[in-house]
Amino acid sequence: MKEERIAIQVDDLTVAYNYKPVLWDIDLKIPEGVMMAIVGPNGAGKSTLIKAMLDIVKPIAGNVQVFGKPYHKQRKLVAYVPQKGSVDWDFPTTAIDVVLMGTYGTLGWIKRPGLKEKKAALEALEKVDMLSFKDRQISQLSGGQQQRVFLARALVQNASIYIMDEPFQGVDATTEIAIVNILKELRKDGKTLVVVHHDLQTVPEYFDWVTFLNVEKIATGPIKDIFNDDNLTKTYGINYKVAIR
Amino acid sequence: MSIFDTFIALFTDSTLRTIAIGTMVLGATSGMLGSFAVLRKESLLGDAISHAALPGIVLAFLITGSKESYVLLFGALIVGLIGTVWIRSIVHKTHLKTDTALGLILSIFFGFGILLLTYVQKLPDANQAGLDKYLFGQAATLIDLDVYILIAVTLIALVILFLFWKEFKIMLFDTDYAKTLGFNVKFIDILITFFIVLTIVLGLQTVGVVLMSALLLAPAAAARQWTNSLGKMVLIAAIIGALSGLIGTGISASENNLPTGPVIVIVASAIVLFSFIFSPIRGILFQQLRLHQNRNNLELMKTLQLMYNIAKTHQDFTHPHAIGILNDFRGFSKSSLKKMEEKEWIQIEGNQWKLTAIGFKEAKDMFHSNSLENG
Repeated sequence: MKEERIAIQVDDLTVAYNYKPVLWDIDLKIPEGVMMAIVGPNGAGKSTLIKAMLDIVKPIAGNVQVFGKPYHKQRKLVAYVPQKGSVDWDFPTTAIDVVLMGTYGTLGWIKRPGLKEKKAALEALEKVDMLSFKDRQISQLSGGQQQRVFLARALVQNASIYIMDEPFQGVDATTEIAIVNILKELRKDGKTLVVVHHDLQTVPEYFDWVTFLNVEKIATGPIKDIFNDDNLTKTYGINYKVAIR
Repeated sequence: MSIFDTFIALFTDSTLRTIAIGTMVLGATSGMLGSFAVLRKESLLGDAISHAALPGIVLAFLITGSKESYVLLFGALIVGLIGTVWIRSIVHKTHLKTDTALGLILSIFFGFGILLLTYVQKLPDANQAGLDKYLFGQAATLIDLDVYILIAVTLIALVILFLFWKEFKIMLFDTDYAKTLGFNVKFIDILITFFIVLTIVLGLQTVGVVLMSALLLAPAAAARQWTNSLGKMVLIAAIIGALSGLIGTGISASENNLPTGPVIVIVASAIVLFSFIFSPIRGILFQQLRLHQNRNNLELMKTLQLMYNIAKTHQDFTHPHAIGILNDFRGFSKSSLKKMEEKEWIQIEGNQWKLTAIGFKEAKDMFHSNSLENG
């Protein structure tokens, strides 16, 4: 068997807002090519964990390595899909313009996107089935369409690792299926996916790895090994089997 | 002098021309950079900074003894920047929210400024008179040098804006994402903020501490109504700002004793009001019209649907039916029937109606899409 590469390695990560720890001493090894869900109750620090991985939130301690090197040297390998609600969709811009932002990283300072970047953006919009909305003002898009635009923006980056914060939040069933299919396609291409996910029912269906988080890491590993009542109960603090009925 | 003569004089009279160019350039820069303040939801920052700059003006006078505008405004710039840094660190390091931090810095600095102003006015030296002009501004004091400084700052701001356009845009829209792409968002933030503070400070002489934030925000708020593109918004805001400056100066020069700064702000506010009502994209008027029209259309569609259901029970859908039959189901009005006839959906003959091919297709397609939605 081919030796397994570690896509993301998190060591001793601790984050606190105003003295109260939000994440406590997290160790995490995410192998390349997995599709991993991060689950946990509200306030478990799921978003904070990925924000700390991406150096958006400064940790008190710990470090993050991407393919064996510090994250800040490997930024181009990682694409981020923030929560849809984290931006103001009334911002004066169009769908294609938002997708083009995905090319800004490789362009670097000052240089503007040209024909090549535009072509890549159009392709990404096509992949998420939003090509006909390319010139639409973003406030005129539905929630699901906005999420697709965010996904397209990350696709343009052509990264190895995709980190997403609740991509299924507030989207309809059609969009959810469309997004899942795109994620599965990315996985087939050998990309690594880390997704904050809320719906426990769909975890085994969509993902092959899972991390249980509640300030501390409860467990991490393949779904078939660790997605069980014991870990769910430990994470959510209630008897999961009873709660879900 | 009549308004018309005054506007001619704005271009021929050298003193007036200096003032007009000064206020136009100031308005343009304010509109341009104000767009960024508005989009960052930092509209109040302008207000806080302009008030916070007052002690800087007085301190600069106390230290240098000079009343040259560029000396005083340099003091204002320094203190304005200190105020900005303090606001940022209050938000960062305490539990206080931005509006509280802005309010705090505004009142503390402004209070201190008024205190200093009162102290200075009691000095035996007669030189101190006139510092209070910075409260409401006095465009008449603009000299060529001031205008050159304004033009220079505007040009530099334009170059910076052009160079870092993409960085400004992504930072305004999604700071966290910009960070993950490797952009130094702190640098971009400082750059934008510095130019916003600089513009505010330059406006103090003309518009004054109290009203400067209006000149920063009004053109941007108005411009947002007319476009959905960031580039066009900045451009339109600059034009609105310049126009406000020109018209404001014209009006205040034609009537004695009308202060230029407040008139400029009133002109800008009038443009905001106009934009809020009459803009075709976001204006209240057209929104209401569209709403009304939609409602009417829906009513017609509903009647058409009813007719379609009756007509399709016949093999020939153009078979005429009595108008009265519609009453059994739901009300209709003569005018709505007439409108439907204008759309060529139906034909009216005496007290009978019949569906046309167009009407049949329209109803069928709508029914089709409706059933899709339900299914």
